[in-house]
Amino acid sequence: MSKRHLAMAVAAVLAAASLTACGDGADSGSDGKTLTYWASNQGPSLEADKTILQPELDKFKQQTGIEVKVEVVPWSDLLNRLLAAATSGKGPDVVNIGNTWSASLQATGAFLQFDDATLGQVGGKDRFVPAALAAAGAEGKPPTAVPIYSLSYALYYNKKMFAEAGIASPPTTWAELAEAGKKLTKPNQWGLAVEGSNPSENAHHAFTFSQQYGGAWFDKSGKATFDTPQNVAAVKRYVNFMAGDKIVNPGNAEYAQNQAVSDFANGKAAMLLWQAAGSSLKAQNMPADAYGVAPVPFLENAPAGGKKVNSMVAGINMAVFNFTKNKDGALKFVKFMTSDEEQVQLNKTYGSLPSVKPAAADPAFAAPEQKVLAEVLNTSAAPLPQVAQESQFETLVGGIIKELFADAASGKPITDEAIKTKLSNAQQQVK
Amino acid sequence: MSSSVVERSAGQRRTLPGGPPPRRRRRPSLPYLLLIPALVLELGVHIVPMLVGIWMSLLELTQFHIRDWSTAPFVGWENYRVTLDVDSAAGKELLHSFWVTIVYTVISVALSWVIGVTAAVFTQRPFRGRAFLRALFLTPYALPAFAAVIIWTFMFQRDNGLINHVLVEQLHLVDEPPFWLIGPNSIVAVIVVTVWKLWPFAFLCLMAGLQNVPTELYEAAAIDGAGFWRRLRSVTLPMLRPVNRVVLLVLFLWTFNDFTTPYVLFGGSAPREADLVSVHIYKSSFVTWNFGTGSAMSVALLAFLLVVTAVYLLITNRRRFDA
Repeated sequence: MSKRHLAMAVAAVLAAASLTACGDGADSGSDGKTLTYWASNQGPSLEADKTILQPELDKFKQQTGIEVKVEVVPWSDLLNRLLAAATSGKGPDVVNIGNTWSASLQATGAFLQFDDATLGQVGGKDRFVPAALAAAGAEGKPPTAVPIYSLSYALYYNKKMFAEAGIASPPTTWAELAEAGKKLTKPNQWGLAVEGSNPSENAHHAFTFSQQYGGAWFDKSGKATFDTPQNVAAVKRYVNFMAGDKIVNPGNAEYAQNQAVSDFANGKAAMLLWQAAGSSLKAQNMPADAYGVAPVPFLENAPAGGKKVNSMVAGINMAVFNFTKNKDGALKFVKFMTSDEEQVQLNKTYGSLPSVKPAAADPAFAAPEQKVLAEVLNTSAAPLPQVAQESQFETLVGGIIKELFADAASGKPITDEAIKTKLSNAQQQVK
Repeated sequence: MSSSVVERSAGQRRTLPGGPPPRRRRRPSLPYLLLIPALVLELGVHIVPMLVGIWMSLLELTQFHIRDWSTAPFVGWENYRVTLDVDSAAGKELLHSFWVTIVYTVISVALSWVIGVTAAVFTQRPFRGRAFLRALFLTPYALPAFAAVIIWTFMFQRDNGLINHVLVEQLHLVDEPPFWLIGPNSIVAVIVVTVWKLWPFAFLCLMAGLQNVPTELYEAAAIDGAGFWRRLRSVTLPMLRPVNRVVLLVLFLWTFNDFTTPYVLFGGSAPREADLVSVHIYKSSFVTWNFGTGSAMSVALLAFLLVVTAVYLLITNRRRFDA
């Protein structure tokens, strides 16, 4: 080969190499013997998740001969990676998704619909906890995923601090919580810890409060209804724990990396509103008998239309990409992961709740914390609005509450007008 | 360069005894062939995404259509109308973000340049420890940006951060520890981190530029009785003009487009006071699933940066020819 031919060949190879990224289809082999799975980060670290999941995947291989290649994707990347996969039609076969993304991802049409026949292949609709399945897609459409880990919010309180302050039982109304918080607030100790700079946390609370005030963030047709009086009241009630009741350390306004949990674990705050905090508290050396768990409080005088809701249905769903070349294998894997045995095993490890009814009855979930979480999930939790614009709600309203906490921390008054103006502005941006 | 090599080898071939008869001189194709990979990559990496971005900005590209763009309704200028209409909420927010970014960029670039030029001038003459000092100055530039900014976020925390510890407990400059990552101070925080990250680049370029200033000029100026400031004004800065021209432009473009610093410092939702345009666009497209609007913002920004760059180059070029 002459020099010139060699150069031409090199040029051609380089040119071709830059184009090879344009393939199509899932990463799975066409022989039906492999699957690619993106798991969400449920444990203390990505590595820990891999260690927890691998034995289960080995079990699945033994049962079916299908090898599952797992990648644990951090939460900060998961949505972007899912979007990229949905857009390019190239990616894993099976994925975990945050259940609040269900309707948005459903709208992309990139995921397999779990109609009755498909649900039948993974064990049937009736197996699943109804509240959890309600958070798997828009109402009236076949779910876009099935729930695998379920969670709800609860009120965590420090038993010793409550005893010292002479408070006999955990608060059941927000007025009682504010009252208790004032008694618990003293130098170097605050009544309540919040995650003020975390838009998602803020939005979850905005949702619950709005439900209790009889409000809604979207109407029946899916149109944003941010600036209603109920929503203004809901946002104000939450921010007022810092601005008015002064039971929250102003420093919490910049918390976004779970510092609220650390403050609670380290005795800097007496109460915390969180989803299944037990495993995180354990990791931070707070023994399980040092704190109590109670349902999130309700409004003392519920206004007309106020709902008996004190948590969102939090959790993780499992979805299958439409472009998978191994649909049967993927559904077998979903069935395996939602089987009673795996549900008990994995949810026990992660401190979450099973999303299938038979597993929920397992004694592994009889600990006080899990009992409260399960009761809330079964009786008083509601899914976040299952509309395609849900993530806009979280970003915009969560961001507004972040700004309001920042104002409250610097001593600025929080007025109804200010909240309403911000919410109206945000509402105009939702499409 | 490669073309001269080819021609020379062709010329040599002509003189070789017993070689093939001299061929007709023709355009050598090898250089062009060698350029193809670079051209394809440039097209693939830069130009095509830009064109796709422009196309996206004309579509209503939401989660309903990202899987199959051909189904996305063509809306023409609608996205631009919404984002650039300063009376609409989205337009107002973008304009606010734009002004914040201008202020941030101008201050960051100015400070980076001043610190860079100062350090370069003071390390121009050899002295003991100069090499060490130069290396030390370059460390922020050598550190991975992501990790460095995370450390800054820890230092900026109100209750446990190093900055407030120094300000409140060591220096007693303020009584009440201020917030840095939320509220009005957040713009200060992001400027501090940006300047810290950026000035070593200015320093590096200006240091290289100073190597080219002939010492005779300083000697001549000294004989004429010029002091430090006069030498700086009449010798150093004019000699650095070509370097400055590039450095300032690059600093401007980098700072204006910087995503890592604000994103890592504030997370996905920046405080209003430091709502820089790169994160704003990210928020408008990726977080809210509105890729058409986000692309329209990006294209508008690209147009703005192109105009600024063109005007800047035009002005600096004319000045060079006038000089």
